[in-house]
Amino acid sequence: MSATTNTERTGLPASGTARKREGGLLGRGVVVGYLSLMVLIPLAAVVWQSTQDGTGGFVRAITNPAAIAALKLTFLASLAVVVINAVTGTLIAWVLVRDQFRGKGAVNSIIDLPFALPTIVAGLTLLVLYGPKSPLGLNVAYTKASVVMALLFVTLPFVVRAVQPVLLELDTDMEEAATSLGASGLATFRRIILPNLLPAILSGAALAFARSVGEFGSVVLITGNQPFKTQVASVYIFGQVESGETANAAAVSVVLLVISLLVLFVLGLINRWGTRHDR
Amino acid sequence: MIARLSLRVLALGYLALLLVFPVSMIFVRTFGNGIGAVWEAVIQPDALHALWLTLFVAVIAVSANTVFGIACAMVLVRQNFRGKAVLNAILDLPLAVSPVVIGLALLLIYGLTSPVGAWLAEAGIRIVFSTPGIILATIFVSLPFVVREVMPVLREIGTEQEQAASTLGASSLQTFRLVTLPAIRSGVAYGIVLTMARAIGEFGAVSIISGKLSGRTETLTIYVESSFQRFDIVGCYTASLILALIAISTLLLTNLTKPKEEY
Amino acid sequence: MGITAHRVSKRFGDFVALDDVSVEAPTGSLTALLGPSGSGKSTLLRVIAGLERPDSGEIFIADEDKTRMPPQKRGVGFVFQHYAAFKHMTVFENVAFGLKIRKYPKAVIRKDVHELLELVQLEGFANRYPSQLSGGQRQRMALARALAVEPEVLLLDEPFGALDARVRQELRAWLRRLHDDIHVTTILVTHDQEEAMEVADRIVLMNHGTIEQVGDPQDLYEHPASEFVMSFVGPVNRLGDTFVRPHDVEIQLHSNGSTSEAVVDHLVYLGFEVRVELTLNDGRGLWAQVTREDARQLELEPGKIVHVRMVHSKVFGEQRKSSLPHS
Repeated sequence: MSATTNTERTGLPASGTARKREGGLLGRGVVVGYLSLMVLIPLAAVVWQSTQDGTGGFVRAITNPAAIAALKLTFLASLAVVVINAVTGTLIAWVLVRDQFRGKGAVNSIIDLPFALPTIVAGLTLLVLYGPKSPLGLNVAYTKASVVMALLFVTLPFVVRAVQPVLLELDTDMEEAATSLGASGLATFRRIILPNLLPAILSGAALAFARSVGEFGSVVLITGNQPFKTQVASVYIFGQVESGETANAAAVSVVLLVISLLVLFVLGLINRWGTRHDR
Repeated sequence: MIARLSLRVLALGYLALLLVFPVSMIFVRTFGNGIGAVWEAVIQPDALHALWLTLFVAVIAVSANTVFGIACAMVLVRQNFRGKAVLNAILDLPLAVSPVVIGLALLLIYGLTSPVGAWLAEAGIRIVFSTPGIILATIFVSLPFVVREVMPVLREIGTEQEQAASTLGASSLQTFRLVTLPAIRSGVAYGIVLTMARAIGEFGAVSIISGKLSGRTETLTIYVESSFQRFDIVGCYTASLILALIAISTLLLTNLTKPKEEY
Repeated sequence: MGITAHRVSKRFGDFVALDDVSVEAPTGSLTALLGPSGSGKSTLLRVIAGLERPDSGEIFIADEDKTRMPPQKRGVGFVFQHYAAFKHMTVFENVAFGLKIRKYPKAVIRKDVHELLELVQLEGFANRYPSQLSGGQRQRMALARALAVEPEVLLLDEPFGALDARVRQELRAWLRRLHDDIHVTTILVTHDQEEAMEVADRIVLMNHGTIEQVGDPQDLYEHPASEFVMSFVGPVNRLGDTFVRPHDVEIQLHSNGSTSEAVVDHLVYLGFEVRVELTLNDGRGLWAQVTREDARQLELEPGKIVHVRMVHSKVFGEQRKSSLPHS
């Protein structure tokens, strides 16, 4: 067989493992390269473009009355949506986990529909049922309420899917202990279950918020996109782009980007807080 | 008992009003004018082109993001390096950023007034207002799904099977092909379904980057909006119906491919 | 086809897993690497297999320096504690894996795999999936898989650790018989001293990344080199500096010059043997192991005064055949 070789004192890696390490670096490089090309560089371009007219231009772009109105509407509507979702999402998750009825499986699948359905189609379906030609006679089109409705549609799954697994894993022992100590159903829910669900509800809410502030497709049809009335930030940005005002569009986009990053950051904190008892 | 029933009614009622009734209306309204009108709408050249373009773009985006997704999952789960947290955070961006901002971003980079865009135009490559731009936008928005679905599966299977394969003589490539890949296939399949759904449904970013040129750069979602603006109601509903059917098939597929979990 | 590890060191961050360790496993032997968790035994095994890189030192397998070779080329068979079964392949495909990699013809693979399945008594299970097998069956499959490629050495990392006590017993005996049949140089890592004593020709006892003692089971038991070895390899009483095995504590009813007085505290009936817990006059406790017969003849019961004497004892440094001070 082959002659033995000397190994240096520093113990050079076995050749196979060295190849594996290079492969790992290659993989890492490819991944980082792809991400940079597809995600980072384009987003950086937005930030860059927003500074094209200098700080003055940036401030003017975001303090423009129409822009402020759009941002305000977006922010408030998203907040409202998040609060509503916190309640309805928890309710739906509760019913899906704790209740039993025929067709529960189908209902569970439907929750994901807003994830699967294109936003423009979602908006259209809401317009058909709750717009001018509504068979129910209910017309909320072109109102601020329509903004909230569209956002509720697209953000439906977030809180539900965040709460479900936590509810599933929740030790019923705690609830049984509470009941044996005399707590009513509501008290048990308030004092035992809710605190344990809170991190999940908050993280679902944060995701819903991030989604809401940027939502575009579902609002374009049903809101009428009226500036100062029913125009959300994303539609405003779109308008600016169409008019060739890319610096303005970029400036408002940066505001949205900052909000998104903040939400992601807060999400990280919520997740760490939520797992504090697991460590 | 009453409490349980009322909760159920509330939850189901909310879902019905917000989700089920609106979506069902599409089915009702589409066939309101008869099947003939629907068929006419389907075979419109612009509609067919939109459908074809949508599927074409989706397939490319899915392929690219699947290869990337598996590679990225391997890097994040099997390797340790500084900046791993940053990489993780960047992966979340496509889900947190508004599609309109994404469209603007791509426009800024590849638009004809930008250095990159101008240089590419000289080489005869057009990105904005053309299919390549739509592809890039679609890749951006559907980027994280395969990674995110493969990561937990990869973490769960651990490295022992791969180590066993190496002691049995398999090279890294053979190990990946024969042991790792089959083991993560449920995560990959589910990720692909999610990516596909997101790719087909993209609207905002594509609106900006495609220029919405009928018959040329209109995807099916854009066709829904443009036919609506043209008052081509049947065309609009028909395209929506097709998209809704695709969405429902997606739901069924996710049920089949989802890595074993309970609800 | 022996194995030699020469001056191997390995650290993980601040933790020293192996500190200048040298070990030899002679051709055809079954050597156990025994020790508590953190002793470095698994790390050493994995270094031998090529699954870990040592910081320094060499590994020789069959007189060839394989330190720089990847696991694929070392000719080792490795069996993991949690089986590492290829879950998506059948038992047949699992066992055939190494042969398939080496591109053996299908007919040869079929024949070899079936022979191996017979060897490990899994003949009927070829088309089952690992999830349909019990833990013991999975481990036998893992062994067959490792043996399929005719490795020069067989490395087993706590192979029975995840199994029930009874299955463990059965597989231990089975492994011993298997080894007697095929004589592949084998290294077995275990923290279970009973397992090592029962199965191995030689035991390498490790602690904190170094070797405490090497020898055959009897050696380690009767001539332990240190306090650690003596306590690890069998039950032991410690009285100050003196160490006594419970079965070396002789209980008598009457004093003679060389015994000490003690009170019986408690008797534990362990089937054939009885554990007698005693307290000496100076308050120190110890326990003795006697047969049922002896316990009956001595009419042992709690509270009874007896006289004990140590047949053998050890103080590390010298050996004495002495007893306790006179009472």
